[in-house]
Amino acid sequence: MRIIIEISYLVASILFIFGIKNLSSPKTARKGNFLAALGMFIAIVVTLFDQHVLTYEWIIIGFIIGGLTGALMAYKTPMTGMPQMVGLLNGFGGGASLLVGLSEYYKMKNFPTWTFNVSTDITIVLSLIIGAVTFTGSLIAFGKLQGIVTGRVVKYPGQHPLNLFLLIGLLAAGAFFVIDPNLEWLVLTIGGVALVLGVLLVLPIGGADMPVAISLLNSYSGLAASATGFVLQNNQLIIAGALVGASGIILTLIMCRGMNRSLMNVVMGGWETAGAEGPAASTTSPKGQVKAVDSEELAMLFDAASSVIIVPGYGMAVAQAQHAVRDLTNQLEAKGKKVRFAIHPVAGRMPGHMNVLLAEAQISYDLMLSMEEINDDFPNTDIALIIGANDVVNPAARHDKSSPIYGMPILNVDYAKTVVINKRSMNVGYAGIDNELFFYPNALMYFGDAKDAVAKLVTEIKHL
Amino acid sequence: MESLGLLMLVYVFVLAIFVGFELITKVPPTLHTPLMSGSNAISGITIVGAILSAGLHEFTVSTILGLIAMIFATINVVGGFLVTDRMLKMFKKK
Repeated sequence: MRIIIEISYLVASILFIFGIKNLSSPKTARKGNFLAALGMFIAIVVTLFDQHVLTYEWIIIGFIIGGLTGALMAYKTPMTGMPQMVGLLNGFGGGASLLVGLSEYYKMKNFPTWTFNVSTDITIVLSLIIGAVTFTGSLIAFGKLQGIVTGRVVKYPGQHPLNLFLLIGLLAAGAFFVIDPNLEWLVLTIGGVALVLGVLLVLPIGGADMPVAISLLNSYSGLAASATGFVLQNNQLIIAGALVGASGIILTLIMCRGMNRSLMNVVMGGWETAGAEGPAASTTSPKGQVKAVDSEELAMLFDAASSVIIVPGYGMAVAQAQHAVRDLTNQLEAKGKKVRFAIHPVAGRMPGHMNVLLAEAQISYDLMLSMEEINDDFPNTDIALIIGANDVVNPAARHDKSSPIYGMPILNVDYAKTVVINKRSMNVGYAGIDNELFFYPNALMYFGDAKDAVAKLVTEIKHL
Repeated sequence: MESLGLLMLVYVFVLAIFVGFELITKVPPTLHTPLMSGSNAISGITIVGAILSAGLHEFTVSTILGLIAMIFATINVVGGFLVTDRMLKMFKKK
């Protein structure tokens, strides 16, 4: 039986790998997800035949409660709520690792069949720490995205020394545990402190840095699964966890590059300080009069244009404007205009957030282009329409060395013949700085809630 | 012998990380959200550990911890794969 289980785990691992491989194209992605799910199904079924599994009632209860909750979440969460959903799922993964690690500890303590040894001790400590940090960290991230916990950068006195102290304390406690694994209070303390550390690590991270935080926690949830795999000496968990860990790390790095910031800087919650009291406060951009435009004028402008690039940002998600944007796209395409979407890597609250919203509104995925793919096309474009994005289109990032966003890769919207910026007001973006783009001679401000404003524009274009 | 066993697990872990890097760099930015939710579901593999804990013969604190772990991991797996499928269904080309 042991052999059959191990071979099945190998098959499941291969299915995971093929599953992720199929995610390399939207055409095969759905099949890929199915293959990964099949791998998971195989892994679960064969584990039920493990010689150590003797009672099934708790397993069945767990399946029913978890399965119903999971399915409900998966079908009820609106697409705009995906960042929260993923954040929460990360947390459940981390929590499971924490609990399994703890359960293994008690198993070794209470049953003479299992005994402690150095490698299981080390791996139990790792599983507890990574699992606990992922669990509470993800819950805080979820709270921030859901608006339950403040999305602002939270600073508390002694933040960095405290976290460092806790981390060193955890490692020291872990070392003591390896020396004497029978100290139950030590295990519980390690778990408890790691739970607190998770809260403290994510609390300082601001709302727009969430793409980084979510990606990082995604990576942790994978590493937590791997750590549990080390405890159980189970290759399947180690492999699956490593794949997810690698995925999260890559996304984290892409997000950091998209903001031209180091991971350290994001984790420390550094940006807002720079915006509030750094040199940026003095760099008042060439203030002047912005040119506002109404829907009627704008409709005529669009009528005369032949190519349009739409730049969506978090504001589009907040206003749920994706369906109105779809109507606009259809309307313009019906008039023979070329419409495409330029998507900045950190637009929205998680990697790929904008793409999912646009896909939900049935916008063809071949119209969604990444920054690298589309940035050279702006000079040949008649209108760049910005909906709810700000910092990622601020030209100060290219030339203003005193700006906190200097060096951040941006979408070159200002190179288009006309830039239309839809915003509710003149408020600053996440970096807390003015956007000089609004004062450019080729810029037009189109004020209003994204959903209403775009819908109005569609009506006007229809009536032309 | 025991540390050699641990080393074999590290071996597998390191190689899997490399495979992961190779695979993930090929995923286009458009699919980054489904990639996250899908890989998230895969990290729910901890369910295997939860089953082993919850299925112990004697009912102890390990069983209770296993049951809660079971619930968490199942939410992770079921929720993750279903929501990924729901998203990927929407990605269409005209």
